[in-house]
Amino acid sequence: MTTALRVKGLRKNYGDAAALDGVDLDVAAGEIFALLGPNGAGKSTAVEILEGLRSRDGGEVSVLGVDPAAADYRWRARIGVVLQEARDFTMLRVGEAVRQFGAYYPTHRDPDEVIAAVGLTEQTRTLTSRLSGGQRRRLDVALGIVGGPELLFLDEPTTGFDPAARRQFWEMIRSLRTAGTTILLTTHYLDEAEALADRVGVLAKGRLVEVASPERLGGRDHAQAIVTWDEDGRRCEERTAEPTRFIAELSTLFRGEIPGLSVVRPSLEDIYLGLIGSQETGSPEAGPQETAKPEGSAR
Amino acid sequence: MSAMTSGQTVETVGAVTGTGTTDDAGRQRAPWSEVWRIGRVRMRVEVLQLTRNTGLLIYTFALPVVMLLLFGSIFRGKIAGTDATYQQVYATGMIGMCVINGALQNLAYQVATERHTRALKRLRSTPMPAVSYFLGKVASVLAATLAQVAVMLTVGVAVMGLRLPTSPGPWLTFTWVLLLGCTACSLLGIGLSGLIRSENGSAVVWLPIMVLQFISGVFIVFSTLPKPVQEIGAVFPVKWLCQGMRSVFLPDSFKYSEPAGSWEHGRLALVLTAWCVVGLVMCLKTFTWRGRDDG
Repeated sequence: MTTALRVKGLRKNYGDAAALDGVDLDVAAGEIFALLGPNGAGKSTAVEILEGLRSRDGGEVSVLGVDPAAADYRWRARIGVVLQEARDFTMLRVGEAVRQFGAYYPTHRDPDEVIAAVGLTEQTRTLTSRLSGGQRRRLDVALGIVGGPELLFLDEPTTGFDPAARRQFWEMIRSLRTAGTTILLTTHYLDEAEALADRVGVLAKGRLVEVASPERLGGRDHAQAIVTWDEDGRRCEERTAEPTRFIAELSTLFRGEIPGLSVVRPSLEDIYLGLIGSQETGSPEAGPQETAKPEGSAR
Repeated sequence: MSAMTSGQTVETVGAVTGTGTTDDAGRQRAPWSEVWRIGRVRMRVEVLQLTRNTGLLIYTFALPVVMLLLFGSIFRGKIAGTDATYQQVYATGMIGMCVINGALQNLAYQVATERHTRALKRLRSTPMPAVSYFLGKVASVLAATLAQVAVMLTVGVAVMGLRLPTSPGPWLTFTWVLLLGCTACSLLGIGLSGLIRSENGSAVVWLPIMVLQFISGVFIVFSTLPKPVQEIGAVFPVKWLCQGMRSVFLPDSFKYSEPAGSWEHGRLALVLTAWCVVGLVMCLKTFTWRGRDDG
């Protein structure tokens, strides 16, 4: 498996504060990697260093085999960048903007095809200032992929989307992966990372606290299932490694249907909050998710 | 969806690099053919954006015409000791004003705004060379100035008895003076944009621009300015641009009223070219793609 991106001991300081404090990261070619983290965790700083838009204070970085700090136009032709929300070139129509950006690259994809891929064909002649938030964001992606990048950076691409628009957007990102594009994504939305990413990395206080597939993050796959049900007007809860056996017993107890039965594994969000929570307090055991809950505590 | 395979992209990029030069950091510079090709794309986009900014267009076209009509009706007749009328002199001064407004004021503000809205950061993430971006800006200033001059001269001829040269010689001079003058001032304007730190900070460039207009002989006949002021004005490109325009639109005898007693075309070309070079070096060295509030 070839590596698209390799980072070792990446450091960045703003004044005395370390925004990035020794980040190690490998992303394989063809992978979708999601970088998660609270505001101010250093996500955008990290991504902008990888994009060659920001300098670093230490560590080794190789993106498509090149150090972004010494990157030239040939390297920029191989990456695609979708920055955080921007409202620029408001005087241009969608088609004009995409054609213009395509022309910056030595070779580029057919602008009409790219516009169709992001679902803006009907808006081709619309001024960019007249687009809705979601449409504008899809245009941003069109500008990022028109050069046919090997590696695409997406910085919080679906902020402000309604659920339907977000799902459409995910489909588009998946089709890019199918075509062989490596994607590095930052997001606030855990469901987005879960739906798209092969692996996720959690960045907290300038450090990458864990990297794993969404299913395995924070030992999620080994975590106990939580069975909850109603009994005597109370909500009851049981954590168990054998939910099937436990429910069978409950079922015998209730002689059939168990009132208000639910079985859940900890969501990615639970795991994530546990990870960044333990960063905040400094002790992994002290996270709110780990404290034993008395029976009946509502979830 | 049929995306281009990454292999294709790499091969093609490799093929284009053959003629590029390398800078001190080992980065390969885009070959000039590429800079020029993308520069032409930027020129089209810049001019297109210009034509869609209706509010700015109305102001841009009205300003020199209104100023010419005002000056032309306040100051009348021939300038003492010459064959030139005040209207003629002001018409050439207004060309200088158009370039100052377009290149130094509007352009500096525009580039600062593009920095602020992160348009520049987005461009930076593409293979577009900086020089191509500068080319687009110069072209937009040149296009705006040409259009303004055309409107102003038409009004000048129609209502103020302005006479235009009929031989090709002066028009050739007009072309190279305007080209060099717009290029020099546009590059200065791009450099000046770095002083505008926030969205509402364009006031910092008004004062120097106002002073430059007066010491360059835009509003006042240059030869009537005090000698020290003339000498300061002669350091900057606008004085030379206006002088070149006087050589185009004023009777040849007016050259005896110029400080050197001649039109100084050679020196004029030299000064404006020097400013183009200085402006370009300044832009390449100091130009930043990212705003101050952006980390």
